[in-house]
Amino acid sequence: MLRLENVTHAYDGRLVLRDISLELGEHRIGLIGANGSGKSTLARTLNGLIVPDSGRVLLDGLDTRTHAREIRRRVGFVFSDAAAQIVMPTVAEDVEVGLRGRGPTREEIDERVRCVLERHGLAGHRDHPAHLLSGGQKQMLALASVLVTEPEILVCDEPTTLLDLRNIKVIEQTLRGLAQQVILLTHHLDTLAGFDRVLVMDAGSIVFDGAPDAAVAYYTELMALSAPTEGEHQS
Amino acid sequence: MPGIPTPRVRHRGLTVRDIALIGMFAALLAVLSMPFAIPVGPVPITLQTLGVMLAPSILGAKRGTLAVLTFLALTLAGLPLLPGGRGGVMPFLGPTGGYLLGWVVGALAIGLLTRFMLPRYRFWIGFGSNVLGGVVVIYLIGVPWSAIALGDGMLATIMSTFAFLPGDLIKAALAAAIAAAVHRAYPIPPAGRPVAANAADSA
Amino acid sequence: MSMLGLYVPGDSVLHRLPVGAKLLVLLSAVTAVVAFADLWSALGAALAALLLYPLCGFTFRHVWRVLRPLLPFLAVIALFQALVGDGATAVRVCAQLAMAVLLSGLVTLSTRVSEMLGLFERLARPLRYAGVRPDRVALVLALTIRCLPLAASAWQASREAYVARGLRGRPHLMVVPVIIGLIRSAEAMGEALAARGID
Repeated sequence: MLRLENVTHAYDGRLVLRDISLELGEHRIGLIGANGSGKSTLARTLNGLIVPDSGRVLLDGLDTRTHAREIRRRVGFVFSDAAAQIVMPTVAEDVEVGLRGRGPTREEIDERVRCVLERHGLAGHRDHPAHLLSGGQKQMLALASVLVTEPEILVCDEPTTLLDLRNIKVIEQTLRGLAQQVILLTHHLDTLAGFDRVLVMDAGSIVFDGAPDAAVAYYTELMALSAPTEGEHQS
Repeated sequence: MPGIPTPRVRHRGLTVRDIALIGMFAALLAVLSMPFAIPVGPVPITLQTLGVMLAPSILGAKRGTLAVLTFLALTLAGLPLLPGGRGGVMPFLGPTGGYLLGWVVGALAIGLLTRFMLPRYRFWIGFGSNVLGGVVVIYLIGVPWSAIALGDGMLATIMSTFAFLPGDLIKAALAAAIAAAVHRAYPIPPAGRPVAANAADSA
Repeated sequence: MSMLGLYVPGDSVLHRLPVGAKLLVLLSAVTAVVAFADLWSALGAALAALLLYPLCGFTFRHVWRVLRPLLPFLAVIALFQALVGDGATAVRVCAQLAMAVLLSGLVTLSTRVSEMLGLFERLARPLRYAGVRPDRVALVLALTIRCLPLAASAWQASREAYVARGLRGRPHLMVVPVIIGLIRSAEAMGEALAARGID
């Protein structure tokens, strides 16, 4: 289980995380908040991409400060910009790059790549140049490339922000069907229906922690209060 | 890699972020050689040497030189990344092959010269570094090579003076202006991870 | 960007030779002919290199593609030597250049890009003792190929934005945002690599 203990972090003198302590054990956890509220930074501390200035982030007692490599293998991460997550020239190469040097043999790697591509509707694109995929397919590929390493926990930082409605549904459905724990950052509030727990962040703090309906209501009100004019409160 | 113990914090190795920056600038070099290829005389003039100057001025000696090497390795392997869709072993053994090798040393020189003025990049020093590393060093390797290939030293010198030099001086100024703007708007931290003196090497 | 590059598929002896051997032969042949500096052996070597093309299944088009970038140089040499008045040297130098480029062309046309990159990775292996990680060599080469379309489209997009805003002159102002955008993308890719446990 992921545990945050008094996590505080600053960027250029600006506090983005203020003394956050949390236990993240639920199967489906949502994290919402305005741009700049600190949710992306919080997400990046969960697998050691960011090590907080003070406080600790622990996965089953392992500190991200000292065990970043092991924790990253157990906590997968999906970003919003699919293009930047694709790091290899072709689809299959991109999926397998995370498996290389981890022990599985050539045959096992091929088999796992084949399985994961099939499961995510990319089987026909195995040897295609990855940059020719559509936006939705690219995000699917990013997801597949992370899932192929079979992480226990998946952190998704606004995976649907750059997608159209149809692709948002596809990604949502895929996430819903996953066996592993999912921590989802999103601006699409209706995605959170059925989640076990939703956290609301504002100015570096967790300001609400509870059921999805109540959290969404709280967040909507918060945004209405802080927005200077109508319709300016979301990206 | 057992390093020599130094009393202060230094940066060592390359992070994946550095690897990504190297790859991106190697790709930028390829792009700069494509749309602006202007055939003047026997030697195609392109923005490519602009890329050779930009990579070390922006990324520093280590990453900049590796970006140039990566680009050359892909070209040598047979990708048509040079102006006019050229590539493979041919350009390396042709009359201008020396310039390609000169790029590596030139990029290293620019990177080392740039380091002295950082964190603040100044245009005139940058321009001077680009001329020294991106023109003088490259010509020191390129001209003798051409002399052997063309069978005549004077011909090689005339060619570089008239075909390359004017463009390269403009590119040195352009590269310094761009590097100054990039350093001002988006400073990039040094390559590698900070290592304290005598720290155990885990990279 | 196709990974085929300049490679031309075939099954000649040359196609089947290991790439390291081909490069070794190429370098020794070129060095020998240039060092020997003899008119007739240079001409002979150039002719032999030319004859190898049909033998390996390549056509006149391939010869032309390999030789074309060299033509301006040959013209300049001829012109220059005509003024100086040393015809024999001019012919020898032209033959040497043609031979070097034709032989290099044979290597490139008959070798897959991936095979050549594999050679570089093997050659990088001994550098392990100097602190270079050989797996990094493979990673950076693949990453660069991935970045090519990214860099090209960023360049294109910025040029369109530049034109759309009706800007004219000072094109370096267009380059700065492209480069900063590419640096940002590279950093995001670095982060994605790190998140996938590659470091």
